[in-house]
Amino acid sequence: MIKPFRVPCVAVTAALLAATLMSGVVYAQQKVLKFIPQADLRILDPIATTAYITRNHGYMVYDTLFAMDEKFQVKPQMIDKWEISTDRLTYTFTLRDGLKFHDGQPVRSADCIASIDRWSKRDALGQKLAEATENWSAVSDKTFRLKLKKPFPLALEALAKPSSNVPFIMPERIAKTDAFKNIEDATGSGPFKMVKEEWVPGSKVVYVKNTDYVPRKEAPSWASGGKVVKVDRVEWIYIPDSATAAAALNAGEADIWEQLPPDLIPVLAKNKDITVKNIDLLGSMGMIRFNFLQPPFNNQKMRQALLYMVNQQDYVIGIAGDPKNGYPCMSYFTCGTPLSSEVGAEPLKGKRDLEKAKQLVKESGYKGEKIVIIDATDQPIVHAQSLLTLEMLKKIGLNAEIQAGDWGTLITRRSVKEPVEKGGWSIFHTWLVGPDMVNPAVNFPIRGTGEKAWFGWPTDPVMEELREAWFNAPDAASSKKAAEAVQRRAFEFVPIIPTGRFILPTAYRSNISGLIIAPINLLWNVEKK
Amino acid sequence: MRRLGATIVVMAVVAFVVFSLLYLTPGDPAAILAGDAATDDDIRRIRAKLGLDEPFFVRFGGWVWALLHGDLGTSIFTNLPVTRLIGQRIEPTVALTMCTLVISIAIAVPLGVIAAAKVGTWVDRAVMAFSVLGFSVPVFVLAYVLIGTFSITLEWLPVQGYRPLRDGVWEWFRHLVLPSTALGTVYIALIARITRASMLDVLSQDYVRTAQAKGLSSRAVLLRHALKNAAVPIVTVIGIGIALLIGGAIVTETVFAIPGIGRLTVDAILRRDYPIIQGVILLFSGVYVLVNLAVDMSYMYFDPRIRY
Repeated sequence: MIKPFRVPCVAVTAALLAATLMSGVVYAQQKVLKFIPQADLRILDPIATTAYITRNHGYMVYDTLFAMDEKFQVKPQMIDKWEISTDRLTYTFTLRDGLKFHDGQPVRSADCIASIDRWSKRDALGQKLAEATENWSAVSDKTFRLKLKKPFPLALEALAKPSSNVPFIMPERIAKTDAFKNIEDATGSGPFKMVKEEWVPGSKVVYVKNTDYVPRKEAPSWASGGKVVKVDRVEWIYIPDSATAAAALNAGEADIWEQLPPDLIPVLAKNKDITVKNIDLLGSMGMIRFNFLQPPFNNQKMRQALLYMVNQQDYVIGIAGDPKNGYPCMSYFTCGTPLSSEVGAEPLKGKRDLEKAKQLVKESGYKGEKIVIIDATDQPIVHAQSLLTLEMLKKIGLNAEIQAGDWGTLITRRSVKEPVEKGGWSIFHTWLVGPDMVNPAVNFPIRGTGEKAWFGWPTDPVMEELREAWFNAPDAASSKKAAEAVQRRAFEFVPIIPTGRFILPTAYRSNISGLIIAPINLLWNVEKK
Repeated sequence: MRRLGATIVVMAVVAFVVFSLLYLTPGDPAAILAGDAATDDDIRRIRAKLGLDEPFFVRFGGWVWALLHGDLGTSIFTNLPVTRLIGQRIEPTVALTMCTLVISIAIAVPLGVIAAAKVGTWVDRAVMAFSVLGFSVPVFVLAYVLIGTFSITLEWLPVQGYRPLRDGVWEWFRHLVLPSTALGTVYIALIARITRASMLDVLSQDYVRTAQAKGLSSRAVLLRHALKNAAVPIVTVIGIGIALLIGGAIVTETVFAIPGIGRLTVDAILRRDYPIIQGVILLFSGVYVLVNLAVDMSYMYFDPRIRY
């Protein structure tokens, strides 16, 4: 017999057990996609940071006015129709029917204008568009207008920018936040809703299907076309240890691993239940960046000397482990895209010329100044490049050393403009994804705006003029020609040295299909059987 | 009460030292937040928004004032309150620590007692050999071996992750077995060695001989007389173990992708997320001090001669 005072205990236990079992049943009925992302999501604001993981989060929860397809054509996304005046100074946009934010509010012109305004305060291409803009105005809740001061042929390309910073559309109340303040509200109108209560930074991000989302009818192509969600719930599970991530995928605890480290490709390729595939066909570009304010790389001949020494194949192997995971790319613009070419690339091509490099070093008047390569050992791509560059510099007798730290230290130290003896630096390495280097508008490392330029602060008015000429190119042929002039100048001035393209493939289980081939892992259209 | 007063002073000193060290450490959360493509100007403006350009005493004063109001601040990156982040992480770490301790004590103390009772025999040598092995094998190597065997080959246990108790006791336990075993091995080795050494010391005392001469069974002598008197060094090591486990579970948490306090701390350090680092270190120092206090108090139970 159960004693009376035990009855509540039994009831509570039974209720808890039932609740536990019921929650299991609910999850079992749902299609849950478990995705191992490339990094941990820490920042929710895709305008406040250029971090790729935050951009990817942005694609989950937000939508864009336009989007680029796999043929680099601008396609409407939230926009239903648009008109451009004959003088090309007025653009009138009309939103699609049925667009709603996750809080149930309709997407209005005011939301779009506020979002573009905030984006254009942070993004380089957005700033360029803002320079050419007279004003944005709402004609009605669904129609708005962009009035330009002068024709800006890249207006639609800017609104369809695929990589950081992407002009995502947010509710006006959020988009009014200062562009330098990190927003915390992830309300968008995209195909997924973030479940913020279940977000455990450093471990898990949960998204559910936005059942109010109205996808376009077209087939998906990059971030354009129909964003049809085919699962109920997506869990981003951040696993910091790559061996554990591989084991989790092998054991079926995860469905997709976004970026596979090169050493684990053969391990996972052995499993017949797992497919290893290059989703991002554009890959990423490694690069050597110089400090233009301090000797010896304030001297153009010193930078040119390194062009004759860099062997991109070595860097590809160093970064990606196997020549199959990358390829040399003798262009300042993403190989395989319309503006890429080998114009001016002679110093970087062919047999490496040590004697020529030594001669240029001699002509530069190098006096044995210490060269400091700042390295981040917690970033394998940066670390591999640093070691290779050090080896290369030592080969021609330069006084070079690596000063290692973590990524946090590197990106703080690279803002120091002092000589190396006072905490400065000479070289750092990083990488950019393909869409961030496709043209002179987004390719920020080539800019020569001195103090306003990216770290290293090169001053190159010639480059700025050539870049401006590219912006004003009226058609594709003249745009290509202008881009070639930009590249020729880049190989002369050497703002960076491209160290080759590498691809980190995606691995997924055999019950997964519909992954979109794109430079970003997009999770709509993905099906789990 | 005097000890508790000292605890507050210790934590105040820790708070000041930690804040000062972070202030002096190279690294700029604004630069990390802005991303790789940001310019100097972007970073300067973000730094101003975050108040990171204010003088040391203004920032320290603001932090202490908020702390006195029970506010540990907000993460620079996630914009979430530090108390919420710690709250999310405390359960996995406490569960892992407690599970590891229970497994360690349950295995190590009997092993140490048996080794002492059978000193010089093959049993003693086997226990000591296991102990050396436990010290020598790095946690991550053992973790991979366990994952390979029990998760991949046998498919008995999950590879990674943590399930809270509310998801069910079985799921919770299944996710803790491998991490606790991997983490516990070194503590089993340590506690077994200390137990053996301490027991050997006690077993040579006159009162043990007297107990044996009175005709008490070996079991009663070992467990009722010797073990209780050998407990002071064992409890000290266990106490240190608790403190070390809470902060030192980082490797285990990383390999098994457990969202615990250790990983929260390391991630925060790598990103220079100052409010989290300060909050967690303050928590650690509190736990260390309290565990030491509890250990000191337990001495009075095990050895009534000890008085404070």
